[in-house]
Amino acid sequence: MTEYTERADYSERLLDRPTRKEAAGRIRIVWLIVIPLIAILSQVYVPRFVWFLSYLELPLLITVHFALHRRSPVAAVFYGMSIGLVQDSLSHQPIGMFGIVKTLVGYFAASVSMRFDVDNPVVTFILSFFFYFFHQFFYWVLTRALLGEVVNFDAQQTLVYGLLNAAVALPLFRILDKLKVAA
Amino acid sequence: MDFFLSRYRNISVLLIVIVAQLLLIAYQVKSNRDVPLVRVWAVTAVTPVEQALEVVRTYTWGFVEDYFVLLGVKSENDRLKRENGQLKMENHYLTAELSTADRAKALSVFQSQSQSKTVAARIIGNGTGASSKVVFVDRGSASGVESGMAVVTPEGIVGKVVDAYPTASLVMLITDPTFAAGVVSQKNHVRGTLKGQGHGECLVDYVQNEERVDPGEMFFTSGDDRIFPKGFPVGAASAVRNGKTFKEIFIAPNGMQGGPEEVLIVLEGVHQQIPDGEIASPGYKILQPPNETEAATSAEPPGTLVTDADRLKAQYRQSGQEQNHVFGEGTPGSKPPDFSKVPGIRAATPGTGSPQTANTPARPAQGQTPVSTGGAPPQQKPAPPQPKPAAPSQAAPAQTTDAPKPPRPRPTAPILVTDPTDADPDAVPLNAGKPVAPPAPAQKPATQRPQPPPNQ
Repeated sequence: MTEYTERADYSERLLDRPTRKEAAGRIRIVWLIVIPLIAILSQVYVPRFVWFLSYLELPLLITVHFALHRRSPVAAVFYGMSIGLVQDSLSHQPIGMFGIVKTLVGYFAASVSMRFDVDNPVVTFILSFFFYFFHQFFYWVLTRALLGEVVNFDAQQTLVYGLLNAAVALPLFRILDKLKVAA
Repeated sequence: MDFFLSRYRNISVLLIVIVAQLLLIAYQVKSNRDVPLVRVWAVTAVTPVEQALEVVRTYTWGFVEDYFVLLGVKSENDRLKRENGQLKMENHYLTAELSTADRAKALSVFQSQSQSKTVAARIIGNGTGASSKVVFVDRGSASGVESGMAVVTPEGIVGKVVDAYPTASLVMLITDPTFAAGVVSQKNHVRGTLKGQGHGECLVDYVQNEERVDPGEMFFTSGDDRIFPKGFPVGAASAVRNGKTFKEIFIAPNGMQGGPEEVLIVLEGVHQQIPDGEIASPGYKILQPPNETEAATSAEPPGTLVTDADRLKAQYRQSGQEQNHVFGEGTPGSKPPDFSKVPGIRAATPGTGSPQTANTPARPAQGQTPVSTGGAPPQQKPAPPQPKPAAPSQAAPAQTTDAPKPPRPRPTAPILVTDPTDADPDAVPLNAGKPVAPPAPAQKPATQRPQPPPNQ
């Protein structure tokens, strides 16, 4: 009897525990707008005073974080596309370059999150590093392929910057998780 | 279709979004046009926030930054004060250097334009003694400086060399109480003796009360002392009043104004004409050479006979060569050359046969005693001044016997040069090292002349 009761309680807890998608849906829509805006502002404003922070790709990290925790490829596609288009609007490149890249990043990040436990910090670090390198490399490919511009790709520097962004991603994702819970 | 969309929904959305953006890029690249609407939206959304952030940063971080800046203001202020002091000292140093450069330039201009051969020197120290006004200059006998040479500046005379050492010389300033030099006023041509007083002003002595000297009248060297060439400015009369016997004329020496630092030592002086007008500027103004000198230089090769003294010297030298006599050699009492064979003297003597008239053209205008030069060595001391009326009174008969000559202005007091061995042993010796004495009133220059042979 007692064993049955315990199993029943466990089943109830499992049923009561919200799914990952339900937890991600708790994020208010206002944060979905404000956080990317802050990230983009940080990218265009902070390097004026702290030049070495220009290597940070906060919009990309926000996109990855949203995709990993939303676990919805369609939502991640539109989210990444929106952030990328805003970035394109503040750049001198044709609109759509960052949009395509971040669209792909959001899709793949969401797809990965559906198969792996992305709450593990190590996985988060690896994914952040990978998507940063993918982002930079694919942007370079698009620049050469679509715009015909001859831009050098410094793989070594990109790897280093990828590690730095991945290192920043760990505390940033924790902060965003707490913000999500608080919301 | 529904099955396809439901099964491949994610990838379908992805492809649609990617293709849409590719078309957007293709449109922009193909038409070379932008999509201003998207950019305007983005910029309009972002820039107000940026402006707000900038305002916040200015009033927060800027304030904090200013606070920390203020913390360092005091130390920076002290540092700036020290730096300001150093800059002031550097400025003073550079200003002094510039002034020195100006004076050096003035000396250089004067040295290049003056007919006298000079050497520049710098005053390096004062002599000892409370009342003596002597200074040391950095030029000595190694530079050709000898005792008795004049020391001048473009503004006026400074003093004379009293001792010459290998590397330095001792110069007696004109303000020294024992200093004396012959001067002449510019307007009234009044001659006197400049004497130092031990202070800033000098006294012109031995000027009769009956003679006229106006206050402010400029005095020039007369050349009588045979140290300073004629025509160098001395100074303007600051006060003129009658004394018991002589006038008391005080002048402020131009050469001592401001304290001379760089001077010129006259190695070989050339007399100059005293200007008729007022000196416009005592600085760079170079006196024009006398007219007769210009005429002489225009008729003769440059660098040859310039003054009457030079011509007379050449005549004596030529006569000596004809008689195989070298001036400057021999001992006192040896046989002198036959001066009657000097062409100029021979031309002057036939009418009178007087040796005095024969020597008249060779005499200095102010009755100076002829002394030897042998190339006019500057170390020779000035001879005592002779009474002024002697020369004109004896020069008159000579002019009557000479060939007709155009009337000349006042004689320029040439430095007469003869061999001391040829002079009369009874002649007045040189006052070596002594200041110029007041004029001897009743001295007869005829007794000091070398006696020509009676057969002339």
